[in-house]
Amino acid sequence: MSALPTPAPARAKTPRLAAAVSIAAAVGLPVGLFALILFIVPVLQPDLLDAFIRERLHHDPATWAWRDAVYAVALVVLAFVFANFAAIFSGILSWWERRVAGRIQSRIGPNRAGVGGFLVWIADAVKLLLKEDLVPADADRILFRAAPYFVMAGFILTFVVLPFGESIAVTDMNVGLFYITSITALVVVGILLSGWSSNSKWALFGGMRSAAQVVSYEIPAGLAIMIPVLMAGTLSMQGIIRAQGGLPWQWFMFRNPAAFVTFFIFFTSQLAEANRTPFDLPEAESELVAGYLSEYSGFRFALFFLAEWGNLWVMAAMAVTIFLGGWQIPFVPNELYGQLKGIGFPPLAWWGLQAASMAIFAVKTIFLVNVIVWIRWTLPRIRVDQMMSLCWKYLVPVSFACFLFTLLWQIAVAAVPALETAMGLGLTAAAVVLAVLFARQTHRNIAAVGDRIDLSNW
Amino acid sequence: MILRRVLAWAAAAAFLVAFVVLVTSRIVVPMSPTGQEVVAGPLTAFDLSFYLLSGLAFVGAFGVALSKNVLHSAIGLLIALLGGGALYVLLSADFVAVAQLLVYVGGVLVLVLFAVMLTARIEEVNISNKSFGVFGGLALFFATAPVLSFVAVKTPWPLRQSPELVASTEAIGNEFLGRYLLPFEVASLVLLATLIGAVVIARKETRPE
Repeated sequence: MSALPTPAPARAKTPRLAAAVSIAAAVGLPVGLFALILFIVPVLQPDLLDAFIRERLHHDPATWAWRDAVYAVALVVLAFVFANFAAIFSGILSWWERRVAGRIQSRIGPNRAGVGGFLVWIADAVKLLLKEDLVPADADRILFRAAPYFVMAGFILTFVVLPFGESIAVTDMNVGLFYITSITALVVVGILLSGWSSNSKWALFGGMRSAAQVVSYEIPAGLAIMIPVLMAGTLSMQGIIRAQGGLPWQWFMFRNPAAFVTFFIFFTSQLAEANRTPFDLPEAESELVAGYLSEYSGFRFALFFLAEWGNLWVMAAMAVTIFLGGWQIPFVPNELYGQLKGIGFPPLAWWGLQAASMAIFAVKTIFLVNVIVWIRWTLPRIRVDQMMSLCWKYLVPVSFACFLFTLLWQIAVAAVPALETAMGLGLTAAAVVLAVLFARQTHRNIAAVGDRIDLSNW
Repeated sequence: MILRRVLAWAAAAAFLVAFVVLVTSRIVVPMSPTGQEVVAGPLTAFDLSFYLLSGLAFVGAFGVALSKNVLHSAIGLLIALLGGGALYVLLSADFVAVAQLLVYVGGVLVLVLFAVMLTARIEEVNISNKSFGVFGGLALFFATAPVLSFVAVKTPWPLRQSPELVASTEAIGNEFLGRYLLPFEVASLVLLATLIGAVVIARKETRPE
């Protein structure tokens, strides 16, 4: 038809390969990672490791000198798997967030590498690794180089107690929830150090803002965490989930009116602690260049962003764990897992239940991660004084009131256990009604400007 | 002038030595004839992690004392506190370890960093740690080191052979609300008074002149 030579055969070939690779990666990476975690975490627990030493290596684990070495290898393997889970999750999320942002802002977003631009996060990672690692001439070299590791450590260490399923958690620490809130303090240290050591006023301002924000919002977040702890009577993540049930009215969020309020306080505080919009004042790119990471480039810059996106999983998983029932499957009692497990290598039915519990947990968590992404591209950034007054004038007093109410509520529930069920059913119904009203209003707003819901054009 | 400083340091050293001697004479019990002998056994993983973590804490402490840059000192403090917290874990005091992390790393250290960055002379952090009297430091060191090393070597420390991690949160809670209720409440009153005092001091400028 045209005079130009059409490069059709060549063009048809490359996209097909790229499409195959990207679809395989988009499906295979998450599935493979979750399957790996599902298999490796229960297998590398001390009881199965001891059984392995006894039956395969023919040593008594109690007296064998190399048992600790086997344990250490298991820990290294677990750390490797979870570090990679965090990295790949935040990589994929970086692509997903940009796609969602594109849709929300009526543009396309990254769409060149692979189907729907899926491979762009790998391209980004390669680009960031190949960039020069610049250290400003007047920076404090040691602290400038060390700061990203504090951020990274504070983020990756939370995976020690984050649950993924009934038996799928690296360890079920007795002080798990307390541990997470305290280990994330390392992130603040890293941000402060990066802000100061860059020797740049933008970075210093960003670091100061971030520290003020995180230290302030730790208080409502800490008080909000106390309410599920009061209801469950334990600080262990798995213990809190076991105190809930699979159905919505058995979740802590709906069982207690104070917990319903607290969920939103917790969610807001977590957004602020993770420096997400509308609380992204520390990075405020229109005023502070990029805040505390203005001077970073290459791999160190990548580490900051890896922690930032990976933190979305941590935030959402914490909210799911303490308010939304965690991995609980409806109509499956906690005792069933123990009955199915038996001694030695667990049977297939047990693995099936674990996979189901993991799927439920992952679906809830990924839904909350999406909510966080939607919020980022919906709300504008708030001012510093608004951020501070929201925390100290509203969130802190309300969370104190919720805390006191929960104390009384637990006494009332201990006297009349039916109260909790009734409140659960009532609040779940109320939440459903609210969600329907919200959806209807959204639909009306879209229709009012002559638009329609359009999910094509991906 | 010099004489006064020497006298002050000597008095401080004497006071410190007297304090250490008094405290050790109270808590160090004489070796009983049936006391367990300390035997050097093979190096287990527990011992190894103990030495590694104490080494870490030592390195951090030296960093605090010897660094001339106040922010490097703060990082040394962070390392020392992390090492101390890890030693608590080895002693199966999980709640204390996490509380150490939360209070000292999450609270005190962040506030230290925050305060240092708010100072007007942030440009000159390098001068911040130089008021370090060599003579006084050496005097204190030579006064206390023999006493402390004597105590460390000669005390029949009780041996605990169970490095099993036993959850302690519940026991701590029960003790706080049972046997130690009064000290617990008094401590919380002190903290409350401190909090209110801090607010009052910080709000000084809004008072009518």
